[in-house]
Amino acid sequence: MNQQDIQAIRAIIARHKRWDMLFGLLGLLALMVGVLTLTVLFADMAIKGAARIDYDFLTNFPSRRAGSAGILSAWVGTILVMLVTAFSAVPLGVAAGIYLEEYAPKNWVTDIIEINVTNLAGVPSIVYGLLALGLFVYKFGFGQSILSAGLTLGLLILPVVIVATRESIRAIPQMVREGAYACGATTWQTVRDHIVPYSSAGILTGVIIGMARAIGETAPIITIGALTFIAFLPPAPVTDVFPFINFEWLTAPFTVMPIQMFNWTSRPEAAFQVNAAAAGFILVFMTLAMNGVAIWLRYRLRRNIKW
Amino acid sequence: MNVRKIATLTAAVGALFASASALAAPTLVKIDGSSTVFPITEAVAEEFQKAKKGTVQVTVGISGTGGGFKKFCRGEIDVSNASRPILDKEMADCKAAGIKYIELPVAFDALTLVMNPKNSFLKQITAAELKTMWEPAAQGKILKWNQVNAAWPDTGLKLFGPGADSGTFDYFTEAIVGKSKSSRGDFTASEDDNVLVQGVSRDTGALGYFGFAYYVENKDKLKAVPVVNPKTGKAVEPSLEAVISGDYQPLSRPIFIYVNAASVDKPEVKEFVEFYLKNAAALTKEVKYVPLTDADYKHALENFTKKKTGTAFGGHSEVGVKVSDLLKRDPKE
Repeated sequence: MNQQDIQAIRAIIARHKRWDMLFGLLGLLALMVGVLTLTVLFADMAIKGAARIDYDFLTNFPSRRAGSAGILSAWVGTILVMLVTAFSAVPLGVAAGIYLEEYAPKNWVTDIIEINVTNLAGVPSIVYGLLALGLFVYKFGFGQSILSAGLTLGLLILPVVIVATRESIRAIPQMVREGAYACGATTWQTVRDHIVPYSSAGILTGVIIGMARAIGETAPIITIGALTFIAFLPPAPVTDVFPFINFEWLTAPFTVMPIQMFNWTSRPEAAFQVNAAAAGFILVFMTLAMNGVAIWLRYRLRRNIKW
Repeated sequence: MNVRKIATLTAAVGALFASASALAAPTLVKIDGSSTVFPITEAVAEEFQKAKKGTVQVTVGISGTGGGFKKFCRGEIDVSNASRPILDKEMADCKAAGIKYIELPVAFDALTLVMNPKNSFLKQITAAELKTMWEPAAQGKILKWNQVNAAWPDTGLKLFGPGADSGTFDYFTEAIVGKSKSSRGDFTASEDDNVLVQGVSRDTGALGYFGFAYYVENKDKLKAVPVVNPKTGKAVEPSLEAVISGDYQPLSRPIFIYVNAASVDKPEVKEFVEFYLKNAAALTKEVKYVPLTDADYKHALENFTKKKTGTAFGGHSEVGVKVSDLLKRDPKE
């Protein structure tokens, strides 16, 4: 090889490296569009709303006076609705995912179910709202309650949970199952002792992604009849008389954070815009906190898995 | 292990507001309907709950006037907020469900025409000029101010208004164009009035309309256009006094609450409505709406006590009607 050839090769390498860098930059720019937008929005809400966030803002009911209005009924409503959502979507979604991965025969029926589950994830949320209005609110008679709202959002995130469950189950090496079966374990034993524990980190991520979507939903919740002004809280789930737990809160009327925010942004007084920014900040904070807990849990769960 | 964690969380959340829940189950007054009437009803609900010290709970939703009547005629709510009178179809729905109602005007909503503060040529506007601007035939044709009135300059005309789902849009088109929902489509429409405020304040050739409260809150950014009263021929600027006296026409309208006659038997609903009519004057002003006269509120309260059911309208809106005359009419179901 002579000197000229080497130079030619070096030139080619340099050109390719330039492209490499160019694409890297492009990717970084693409990333920044998302990250910067979020940062700017978040900072904007924080700056506008910071002055309003204090203990009173969190413990006051909505009011016509912007200065004394708070988000107590909204954040309590959001948390309770999220609880119902989690309790309905997680068992159903995980069970469905496990069935599809570990039990279902591979035939055209299963294929159709799979396609439908994936498509369900793309259905606009208002459609779920309309479905829920007919089904939960009127047919089942749950009324305009926390239960109806939680189940609606549960349906909404069900496909997300199913897909996440399946993805993380698929990531488990086949030899784990084979090992279990070789020792004489039934499918159920394998699922209970190996599949679920090993995939729980991935499932959790899916659940949180779903919940993060659900917490900001407004359209389906308005459709099923969430309120705008509500100055009292649902009955407490924990009481001081036997059996110490009551489920009356499930049937209580409610409002949620995004509705409270939406109402405030549409008010004429500028002071309400500040309230909306403050409520938005807290909503984003709630979402981030939820994500934080998920990351921490995932870290803990992953630590215990060794194969 | 997850289950235990979630149970702990539930208990923690429960403990957070365990102290806040009342011991005896309080009674509930359910209200839904128009977003235009919402601020007034919200204010009344807030004060009423304070006055009753938590023994009565009031909930107010925003489903829009139409959505509110749907729930009302299914018997799901006690009171319906309405920014227009009940329509034929809704009357039929209520009748089919056996629901009788009492119609009570609670305040005025004055639609306000606004322009950019830098606009110096527009001193007043007539209903006919507004019609030329807004009627469906104007679409794509009336694009400059001098096409409406030769005395106005040759500058671009930018129109702003609420979207087609709004009761404000219904009333404006009825009062100006002569037919509800009949309007040109090529204007900037938004359901959020704050967007309209921004739009008009940024464009010197802009003209827009929305509820009086949004104008009052944004007087520094906007100027109101005096509208010529077709009966007197005088240009009137929107103000509390002009609306109450009936001079600000045709763009002011009464707004209502409809009370389910069966709910009146519940003492908490009866008390709430009485509280509403007695305190509406002060609270309406506080949320920047225009109150009725004291005599009108008294008359409305009388109608309520006598349980005069039905509507004073024949199932459609009317432009330029006086509240005192409305209350004297014999309501029909």
